[in-house]
Amino acid sequence: MEVFLVNLITATFRVSTPILLAAIGETYSERAGILNLGIEGIMYFGAFIGFFVADKSGSLWTGLFVAIMSGVIAGLLMGLLTVTLGVNQHVSGLGITLLLTGLSLFGFRLVYGGRSTPPSIPSFQAVNPFGDIPILGTITQQYLLTYITFLVIVPLAWFILFKTRFGLNIRAVGENPEAVDAAGVNVYLVRYGVLAIGGGLMAAGGAFLSLAQLGAFTHGIIAGRGWVAIAIVIFGNWSPVKVMGGALIFGGTFALQLRLQAMGLQLPIPYETFLALPYVVTIIALVLAGRNASYPAALLKPYRRE
Amino acid sequence: MYIVEMQKVTKIFGELVANDHVDFQLRKGEIHALLGENGAGKTTLMRILYGLYQQTTGDIFIDGEKVTINSPKDAIKKGVGMVTQHFALVPPMTVAENVVLGYTDSFVLDQAAIEKKVGEAANQFSLDINPKSIVRHLSVGQRQRVEILKALYRNAKVLILDEPTAVLVPQEVDSLFETLDRLRKDGLSVIFISHKLDEVTKITDRVTVLRDGKSIGTVDTVNVTQKQLAAMMVGRDTFGVTRQTEINPDNKKILEVEDLCALDDKGLPALKNLKLSIRSGEILGIAGVGGNGQKELAEILSGVKAPISGVIKINDKNLVGKDPSEFSKMGIGRIPEDRHEGVVGDLTVYENLALEHLDEYSKNGFLDKQAIRKNANELIKNFQIKAKPTDRIRTLSGGNMQKVLLARVLSRQPEVVIAPQPTRGLDVGATEYVRQQLLEQRTRGAAVMLISEDLDEILSISDRIAVIYEGEIVGTINAQNATPEKLGLMMSGALREKA
Repeated sequence: MEVFLVNLITATFRVSTPILLAAIGETYSERAGILNLGIEGIMYFGAFIGFFVADKSGSLWTGLFVAIMSGVIAGLLMGLLTVTLGVNQHVSGLGITLLLTGLSLFGFRLVYGGRSTPPSIPSFQAVNPFGDIPILGTITQQYLLTYITFLVIVPLAWFILFKTRFGLNIRAVGENPEAVDAAGVNVYLVRYGVLAIGGGLMAAGGAFLSLAQLGAFTHGIIAGRGWVAIAIVIFGNWSPVKVMGGALIFGGTFALQLRLQAMGLQLPIPYETFLALPYVVTIIALVLAGRNASYPAALLKPYRRE
Repeated sequence: MYIVEMQKVTKIFGELVANDHVDFQLRKGEIHALLGENGAGKTTLMRILYGLYQQTTGDIFIDGEKVTINSPKDAIKKGVGMVTQHFALVPPMTVAENVVLGYTDSFVLDQAAIEKKVGEAANQFSLDINPKSIVRHLSVGQRQRVEILKALYRNAKVLILDEPTAVLVPQEVDSLFETLDRLRKDGLSVIFISHKLDEVTKITDRVTVLRDGKSIGTVDTVNVTQKQLAAMMVGRDTFGVTRQTEINPDNKKILEVEDLCALDDKGLPALKNLKLSIRSGEILGIAGVGGNGQKELAEILSGVKAPISGVIKINDKNLVGKDPSEFSKMGIGRIPEDRHEGVVGDLTVYENLALEHLDEYSKNGFLDKQAIRKNANELIKNFQIKAKPTDRIRTLSGGNMQKVLLARVLSRQPEVVIAPQPTRGLDVGATEYVRQQLLEQRTRGAAVMLISEDLDEILSISDRIAVIYEGEIVGTINAQNATPEKLGLMMSGALREKA
C-alpha cells in the first residue's frame, strides 16, 4: 500500500505538469480578458514541433525552445484575430485549434510517413536529487521541467499577476479595458503580451508530453488536456496557486486510474470507465467551484475605442 | 495667455461632422462650462483634447505651445486629466491600485507604499477617500472622487469632467461643487461638460455653448441668464411648453383607480388603497419623491405588474387580471420609464417601431416587411425622429430614442397615456418636444397621467396634480392652486389635502 501511494504521488506530479503549464498560460490570457480556445491546438503543435526539432537536431533543449517559440507565434496569431481584428474569441480559438491540430498531424505524416510503430527519441531523464532516501527519494525523482513548472512558473505567475505593474495592467485590462486605456496604457500591447506568454506555456505543456513523458509523438497525444486546463483555470478562480491545486487533482485522478487499470482487477465494468474518471472528476470539481467563479468582467469582449 | 486653446478643431466621423471649426479657450484657474444639447459635440471635443480621438483638422495649444495628442498618455503628460461619464475604474481593485494604474515607475508593486502615497495625495487635495477600499464597495459619489484623485495624482493642471452630476444625488452634487471650488482656488482649471443650466450658472466662471458641432460663443457666466443660455443652446428662444386652455368640466372620467394595493419587488407594501381618476382631455400630474410607489403604479396601470387588490377601470370596464396586451387593446398606452428597456438596441428603428404589434404586421405567419417599412417612414416623419429606418436603435441619442417610443405608443391613439418620467435625462429641445406631444394627446381627448419628479414639469402642463407619498395619494389639487412650496410639503408627507 505504501509503495502504491508513493508511486501514485510521484506520478501525480508528472501527469499534472503539462496541464499545469497550459493552465497557467490560459490564466495569463484570461486574466487580460482573452479566452484562448486555441490551447488544445497549441499544445498539439508544441508536442509535434518539439519532437520534430529534437529528433532532427539531436537536442531536446533545442526542441523545447523551438516548441515554445512556435507557441508564442500561435499566441500572437490569436492576438491578431481577437485583439486587432476583433473576431469572436470562441471562433478564433477553435479555428486555431483545428488549424494547428491539422498542421501537426499533417507535418508528422509528411516527415515520418505512415508507420505502424511511432518513431521515438531518447527523452528527458528524471533528476534524482535525494538519491535512495526512501519515499522522499522516489517522490522527488521528477523531470527538471516538472520542478521548473511547480517551483518557478507557478510562483512567478502569482508574483507577476499580483505584485507587479505588468500584472496590475493585465488584471485591469481583463476587468475594464476602458480604464486602462484612459490611464494611458496600451490595451492591445497587454493582450498581445499575455497571449504570447500563454502560447509559449501551452506549447511547453505539449512538448513536455512528447519530449519527457513519452519520447514520441502520437495522434492522441494531447487527448483533451487543453480543454481540461480551461476547466481548471475556472476551478482555480484565475489564481495560479489554486490552478495548481486543480491540476494536481486532475493529475492525481489520472495517475490513479492508470494504476487501477494496471492492477488488472477483475471488475464487471469496462476499463474505459477508469479512463473517463479524471474527466468526470474535472466536471464535478467545476460544477462545485464554478458556481462561485468570478469571471474577469471583460472576458470575451474585444476592446474598441468608441 | 490660455492654458488650453483649441483652434478651428474639426472632427468628422464618416458623414457626420461632430465638431465644425470649434474654437475653445480655457483660462488658468477657471471653471469653464461646455454647454450644449446631447449630440452637440461637447464630449467629442473633449475626447480630442484627452487623446481618445484625433481631430480631423485644427490645432491644440497647451500653455501657448502647439501640441499633438495621440493618446491619453500624451494628454496626461501635458497635464490634462479627464473624468469620463462612465467611470474608468476597475471595480475589484483597491482605490490605490486604481489610482496608480498606468502611472507607477517601479516594476514591482509595493502595496503598502502605494497606499501610503495615494493616501497622502488624497489628504493633500482634501478628497475624503480610503486608499485601501475596494472600488466595488464605493458609492457613485466616492467613485467620482477616486477619478478626480486619479487625475490630480497624475499632476493634472486641467481637469475635464463629462456630465459629472448626471449620476449623483443632490448632496453629492453639493460636495462635488465644494471640491471643485477649492481646487479652483488652488489653481486648477476645470472644464465642466453639461446640459443643465442651473448647474452651469451655479458653479462656472465662463460658458462656451456648442450647437450642432459648432461653437455659438463664449460668455461670462455672471452676464447671462439661464434663459439666454438656453436660447444659445437650442438656437431659438425657449418659451417653455405650458398648458393653455382649461379642461371642459363635462368631460367624462376615462380611467378610474380605486383601493389599489400592491407590493414592491421586495414584497413590501408599495401602494396603499390608492385612488385616482382622470378625465378625457386631462393631464393628471403625479408628483412625489422617487421611490414612493410611482414605479409600481406605472407598472400596474400597464398590466406588467398585478396588484393584490383594487379596481382599475377604463370606461367602466375592469382591467384587473388582464395581461399587458389586453391593457393595450383596451386603450392604455404606456411610455416605458427606462428607454433602454423599451427598445431592442440591436434591432433597427423600423423593427422597433413595429415590435409591440407584430400580429398586425404579419401575413400568414410571415412578417410583412413592406407594411412595417411604410409604418416606420410615416412615424419618422410625423414624430420628427432624426434617424434612418435602418439605423440600429442603440446608435440613437436619448431624445430620438424617446421619440421612437412616443411614436410607437401615441400613433395608436390610446385613450389613456401613462408617461412615467418621460423627460428624464433629455436635453432642453427633446424635453420640450415630449411635453408638447403630451399636450397634443390632451387636446385629442386622451386621459394623460404624467409621473414626474420634476416639479416644474408637473406644474407647467398638468390640469390637476396628485401627490404620492409612501404609496398613497396624500392630496389632489388643481394646478391653478398649486405652488412648489405647497407641493413640497405634501411630497414630504407634512401636509394632506382633499380635492
